[in-house]
Amino acid sequence: MMRFNFLAMIGSVILQFLGAVGRLTLFTAQGLRHCVTPKFYFRILGRQMLQIGYFSLPVIGLTAFFTGAVLALQIYVGGARFNAESLVSSIVVLGITRELGPVIGGLMVAGRVSAAMAAEIGTMRVTEQIDALTTLSTNPYKYLVAPRLIAGATMLPLLVLVADIIGVFGGFVVGTQKLGFNAGTYVQNTIDFLHADDVISGLVKASIFGFLISLMGCYHGFMSKGGAQGVGRATTNAVVSASIMILCANYLITEMFFAQ
Amino acid sequence: MIDQPKISLSGVQKHFGPKHVLRGIDLDVPRGQSLVVIGGSGTGKSVMLKCILGLIRPDSGQINIDGQDITGLSNRDREAVMGRMGMLFQGGALFDSLQVWENVAFGLIQGKSMQREKAREVAMAKLAQVGLNAAVGELSPSELSGGMQKRVGLARAIATDPEIIFFDEPTTGLDPIMADVINDLIVKCVRELGATTISITHDMASARKIADRVAMIYEGQILWHGPASEIDRSGNDHVDQFINGRADGPIQMQVRKL
Repeated sequence: MMRFNFLAMIGSVILQFLGAVGRLTLFTAQGLRHCVTPKFYFRILGRQMLQIGYFSLPVIGLTAFFTGAVLALQIYVGGARFNAESLVSSIVVLGITRELGPVIGGLMVAGRVSAAMAAEIGTMRVTEQIDALTTLSTNPYKYLVAPRLIAGATMLPLLVLVADIIGVFGGFVVGTQKLGFNAGTYVQNTIDFLHADDVISGLVKASIFGFLISLMGCYHGFMSKGGAQGVGRATTNAVVSASIMILCANYLITEMFFAQ
Repeated sequence: MIDQPKISLSGVQKHFGPKHVLRGIDLDVPRGQSLVVIGGSGTGKSVMLKCILGLIRPDSGQINIDGQDITGLSNRDREAVMGRMGMLFQGGALFDSLQVWENVAFGLIQGKSMQREKAREVAMAKLAQVGLNAAVGELSPSELSGGMQKRVGLARAIATDPEIIFFDEPTTGLDPIMADVINDLIVKCVRELGATTISITHDMASARKIADRVAMIYEGQILWHGPASEIDRSGNDHVDQFINGRADGPIQMQVRKL
C-alpha cells in the first residue's frame, strides 16, 4: 500500500509538471501571436518601456558599477598568484560584456519588474479586471501581455548596454585609483581586447532575458488565484522562475555562441 | 420567429474537476426583459453568467443569443458578440491604473475605436446618468467609496449602449439605502436602453425591484422559473425557504456543528 502511494505521488507530480509546461507553452504562443498581430496598444507599450527601461536605470547602474569594481579587485589579487595582474582591464571588459552585465542586470530587473508585473496582473485577475477587459471587447493577451513582452525584449538590451559601460567604468576607477594602473594604458587594453561579438552576444542574451522576465511576470500573474495570498505566491514564483530561467538560458546561449 | 428569446440556454453543463457545477441549465430570456437569478452561494450562478459571457466554456449544451449558438465561436466573432454586451462586476472590477472616465470610456475607445475626446464626452454623460459629476471622472477608482465604484461600474456597463447587460450581485456590500439607489439606477438605465438583462443576486429586495422574471438555481439546475409577481406563490418549498430566508427547510446548508 505504501509503495502504491509513493508511485501515485510521483505520478501526480509528473502530471502537474507536464500540465504546467503545457500551460506555459500555450501562454507563450498566445502572447507571441498577439505581439505580431494588430491591434497594437502603443500607449501601454510606451508606459511599459518607461517602467522597465528608464526606471530600472538606477538599479542597473549601481549594480554594474560595483560589479565592475569588485571584478577588477579580485582579478588583481587573484592574478598576482600567476603574475597576471596586467590582465585586469581585459578580463573586466570581457567578463562584464559577455556574462556579468546581462546576467546580473537580468537578475536585478527580474526582481524589480517580474514581481511588479505578477503583482499587478495577479491583482487584476483576482478582482475580475481581466474578465472585465474581455467583456469590453479587449483581448487581455493583446492589452496586458504583448506590450510587456515587447517592452521586456527591447528594453533589457539597452539597459545592459548601459550596464556594460558603467561596469567597465567601475573597473577603470578601481584599476586607476586603487591599483595604480595608468589610465591611458587601461583604456587602450580595454579597447584592444574587446570584440564586437562580446558585446553582441551580451545584448542577444539580454533581449532573451527581458522576454523571459516579462513572460514569467505575466504568466504567474495571469494564473494567480485565491486572493491576496495567491497574488503573493504569484509574485514569488515569478521572480524565482524568471531568475532560474535566466541562468539556464544563459548557459544555453553561451554554448550556442562560443562553443567550438 | 417573433417570439425568439434574446438569450436561450439549453442543457448547459460544466464540471470543474470532480465538481459538477452546472447540471443542465435550461433558461430563456425574452427580449427586453429583466431576469433575476436567485440562489445560494456556490449553486452555480456566477459560473452560468460566465458561460454566457464566454469567460468559461461549458462542457456541453447550447447558449444562443438571437438564435446564434455562441459556445463554438472563434475569438473574433466572440468579440463582436461581446460588443453587444455589458457587465457590472460584483466588486466593480474597475481598472485602477486608469482614471474613472477612462474606465467608463474603455469599451468605446478600445472596443469601438472612438476618438478619446468624443469618448470622454460620452463617458461624462454616462457618469451624469448614474448621478456622478464630472469631477468624479478625473479621480482614480481607489479614491471612490463602494457605492460610487458600483455606479461607475454601471456607467461602464452601459457606456456602449449594449443590448444585453449582466449584473453580478449589484447590491452586495452596500448599505440598504445605497443598494436601493443602485436598484433604481439599474431599472432606469435598462429601461432607457431597452436592454435584456440577467442579474444574479441573493438580495431579495433587489430581486423584487429589478426583476420581470425570476429563476431560482439550486445544485446546478433551474428549480423554478416564473414572473416576478408569482414568486410568493411559487408553490415550491425551496423557493419559499430562500425568499423568506429560513434556515430550516429542504435546502440544508452544510454547516459543521462545533
